[in-house]
Amino acid sequence: MPAAIPEDSVGLVTPQCLQFDQPLPLSCGRSLDHWELMIETYGELNADASNAILICHALSGHHHAAGYHSMDERKPGWWDSAIGPGKAIDTNRFFVVSLNNLGGCHGSTGPNSNNPDTGKPYGPDFPIMTVQDWVHSQARLADRLGIQQWAAVVGGSLGGMQALQWSITYPDRLRHCVVIASAAKLSAQNIAFNEVARQAISKDPEFHDGHYYEHNIVPRTGLMLARMVGHITYLSDDGMRDKFGRELKDGKLSFDFNPQFEVESYLQYQGERFSSSFDANTYLLMTKALDYFDPAGEHGHNLADALAPATCNFLVVSFTTDWRFSPERSRELVDALVAARKPVSYAEIDAPQGHDAFLIPIPRYMEVFSGYMNRIADALPQSEGGAPNAR
Amino acid sequence: MRADLEIINEWIHPGSRVLDLGCGDGEFLAQLKQDKNVSGYGLEIDHDNLTACVEKGVSVIEKNIDDGLASIGNDSFDTVVMTQALQSMHRPDQIVDEMLRIGRECIVTFPNFAHWRARGYLAFRGKMPVSKFLPYTWYNTPNIHFCTFKDFEELCVDRNIEILERTVVDHTHRHRWWIKLWPNMLGEIAIYRITR
Repeated sequence: MPAAIPEDSVGLVTPQCLQFDQPLPLSCGRSLDHWELMIETYGELNADASNAILICHALSGHHHAAGYHSMDERKPGWWDSAIGPGKAIDTNRFFVVSLNNLGGCHGSTGPNSNNPDTGKPYGPDFPIMTVQDWVHSQARLADRLGIQQWAAVVGGSLGGMQALQWSITYPDRLRHCVVIASAAKLSAQNIAFNEVARQAISKDPEFHDGHYYEHNIVPRTGLMLARMVGHITYLSDDGMRDKFGRELKDGKLSFDFNPQFEVESYLQYQGERFSSSFDANTYLLMTKALDYFDPAGEHGHNLADALAPATCNFLVVSFTTDWRFSPERSRELVDALVAARKPVSYAEIDAPQGHDAFLIPIPRYMEVFSGYMNRIADALPQSEGGAPNAR
Repeated sequence: MRADLEIINEWIHPGSRVLDLGCGDGEFLAQLKQDKNVSGYGLEIDHDNLTACVEKGVSVIEKNIDDGLASIGNDSFDTVVMTQALQSMHRPDQIVDEMLRIGRECIVTFPNFAHWRARGYLAFRGKMPVSKFLPYTWYNTPNIHFCTFKDFEELCVDRNIEILERTVVDHTHRHRWWIKLWPNMLGEIAIYRITR
């Protein structure tokens, strides 16, 4: 709980739920006829709607990217380090839109929403979403908000994939694309980790083939295991050594199978906390969206060809110890952008935090990020820049 | 603009694609974009320089040139530029080959180790030359492969590299009429435009 709202916070924010009644055709062949998106916005849209930034979230993210929902909230939104007055995404200058993607479990239509056809939660019957589907739904959101063209679409990890897809699917509707700690496709190793997570969930006896809602139960153990595996891959070897080493909770070995090392209890704590707040079907769906993403797939596996339609400027950022979305993946993307003759800048940030680094305000990362975003803001019509955020 | 960059500027065609290896703060590429509508990229490893490029809207890629340019396709650029960095490369010959593979033309500049002041320093003091322009001592210098104009031109002959143009200047990058009399003795910096 914040004793007082920090100066550089967007302050108290209230999410809103938007209803959409135009059917949304999906990659899987099905469509969603009625759907809802949970969103938050920060800052003010300027007169010609040219200062809007779309934030795309990662695997376990949601619409609450910055600020606080109440004075009782323990932590601010998930990307509060980058969004706020004077921060990299400066809410004094930009109008920031953040949403919970379809298939999510934080208020947008997803597996835990009621299926209007059956009156029961969709569960496993909720259509598998792709990054492309999300981008189409986000374009409808832009229409609703009166935003013809985003100043930038920004995302980390799975969010970076959405930003990249925007540049290909709606080239006229964004001027800048910021892809952080992401990849143009997952590696086999990465898909393998996702499969372990999915197996952990679906083999939990309380999963009930995804219909656990009807049994008033959640596959907590499976979700916990999935999160624990994920969490290991989001940290680096060095980072874990620095944070936990071989520290023992009680200072001595207990010669049983209970958690004794600090790292064990940390992972269990993270897993348990996650399993009480996240939906198992959403986790399955989000990991599938990650696995399926491969814009080069339709272009003979030539990424440069896939990127040909893009007309925006790109910023790509990676982190040295990130092995889940390694710098190598970002370099491949940058090489393809250069081959496709797109303007791109690339920074490889030296950071010990692994994949999680993209959420941490590492000074050099924030310098490059702010430098890029400020230039976008400087190009906006001067007199019409968004007014300082009301708190 | 730095005097050597002014000279190079004249060799770059409007609307062309330029890669600047070790682009510094991006001033040169920003100027080319503004004056000649050049679409350029810079490679840079210095953090402050990289941020300065991003702030200018110059496309800059964090990449160590010594790691190679293999990821860049053949003939990707009209001109590949490298100013004052050839002597700090691990394998200058391989870099020049790579530059000529990814670009139609290359422009390289480097200090002349056969300049009379360097020769005199070594001859009379018996020590590796140190000057205001090259202030490092032998153990901490990034310049690990010094050469002379003659050396470079020999490399060009060996590798079938055609020298399209050569300008020899002093350390302030100014033309001096007398440099032309004995360039390898009197010139401090050479600017070469080469192709294959």
